[in-house]
Amino acid sequence: MHLFTILIAAIFVNNFIFSKFLGICPFLGVSKKVETAAGMGVAVIFVMTLASAATWVVYNCILTKIIITLPIGESDLSFLYNIAFILIIASLVQFVEMFIKKSSPSLYQALGVYLPLITTNCAVLGVTVLNMDSNYGFIESMVNGIGAAVGFTLAIVLFAGIRERIARCHILKPLQGFPIALITAGLMSIAFLGFSGML
Amino acid sequence: MDINSILMPVLSIGGMGVLFGLCLGFAAIKFKVEQDPKVPLVREALPGANCGGCGFAGCDALAEAIAKGEAKVNSCPVGGAAVAEKVAKIMGVEAGNSERMTAFVKCSGDCEKANTKFDYYGISDCSIENTLAGGKKSCSYGCLGDGNCVRACSFGALSIVNGVAVVDKEKCTSCGQCIEACPKNLIELVPYKNSVRVFCNSNDMPKAVKTNCAVGCMGCKICERACSSDAVHITNFLAKVDYDKCVECGACLEKCPTGAIRKL
Repeated sequence: MHLFTILIAAIFVNNFIFSKFLGICPFLGVSKKVETAAGMGVAVIFVMTLASAATWVVYNCILTKIIITLPIGESDLSFLYNIAFILIIASLVQFVEMFIKKSSPSLYQALGVYLPLITTNCAVLGVTVLNMDSNYGFIESMVNGIGAAVGFTLAIVLFAGIRERIARCHILKPLQGFPIALITAGLMSIAFLGFSGML
Repeated sequence: MDINSILMPVLSIGGMGVLFGLCLGFAAIKFKVEQDPKVPLVREALPGANCGGCGFAGCDALAEAIAKGEAKVNSCPVGGAAVAEKVAKIMGVEAGNSERMTAFVKCSGDCEKANTKFDYYGISDCSIENTLAGGKKSCSYGCLGDGNCVRACSFGALSIVNGVAVVDKEKCTSCGQCIEACPKNLIELVPYKNSVRVFCNSNDMPKAVKTNCAVGCMGCKICERACSSDAVHITNFLAKVDYDKCVECGACLEKCPTGAIRKL
């Protein structure tokens, strides 16, 4: 039940895009078509889950185990989490890309172009840092990672559907393109606020 | 201050970096995908517009198919003979003939010549206008002139002139994007060198054509009789030129009472 709560909270209540405002770049950049949005979403689910697992291992088994002496007293290396997580995520995405290219060309065709984009997706770094701040265990971290990524996918696919409809409408010239997209995103964010009392 | 307090962070992050670097380097060798050396060469020779006119998902996919032998060397309709020759040289086979084609809009019922049944103030999009009782033109076969083909063309070969789409055959690469974009199925590929064309696509009865449009083909068969090389035939009240037989003598277009057959 605890894991289920984490999952639902990550998908709806703490939706990464609509309530934490993380990962806005791909959210606006890859949301012109439902198809590409879904592709990006699947790639994010894949990477976020792996990144949550990998960063948990590195943080809990390396960074917090090494103790150093500073003038202010003893400390472990956990203050290096940002740089370490970026390092892990970037290498992980590279590795996954190579692995998929070899093992499943069809999956690579579908996800290939999105994988390099995810390297710099702040939502991935965001979820790993949140896992650390919340003191989640290994399984909890992964569930939170999956939940956050599913929430991201849900948001981007819904948004892409709306944008496809908007593209066919008459929009006032000053609002065409990104302005109307941002207004739409804002309204969707307010709609997702409705979930905030759920848990 | 202990030297370890500097050394440990540097070592641990550096060590992780080296470790991941080694992993990636190892993976790059282990997971290397063997690629046919011909693929990038063929890709280089293709135009690179990614128009999809060949039926593959862009130039990369076509290059791969050609290198594998799944597609012919002259599969690229955009590049035509010049590209086919280059690709053939890479693949080491004969290019074969690839006749240059060009898109052609089978309508010339412009704002003056064609009658309308209502004024259309909706979204300027042929597909959308077409859903509204087949569009504003009285003739249900005619060009709506909202320019879906113009927007579909990656080469700027189409334009709307007085309410009807016109192809610039010098710019046209016969990729076929406009053919798919036209909701009226008005555009077809015809041989570039041929100039006698039927500017009408109407299968309506002669009387209806006459009331709808000043330049419609009524299927009167005058052209069929005038042709000495058996190249023009009427089917469903519409003249059609057989481009293999046509010798461009011009007998049909002189006799045509409405001017639906013309030289381009």
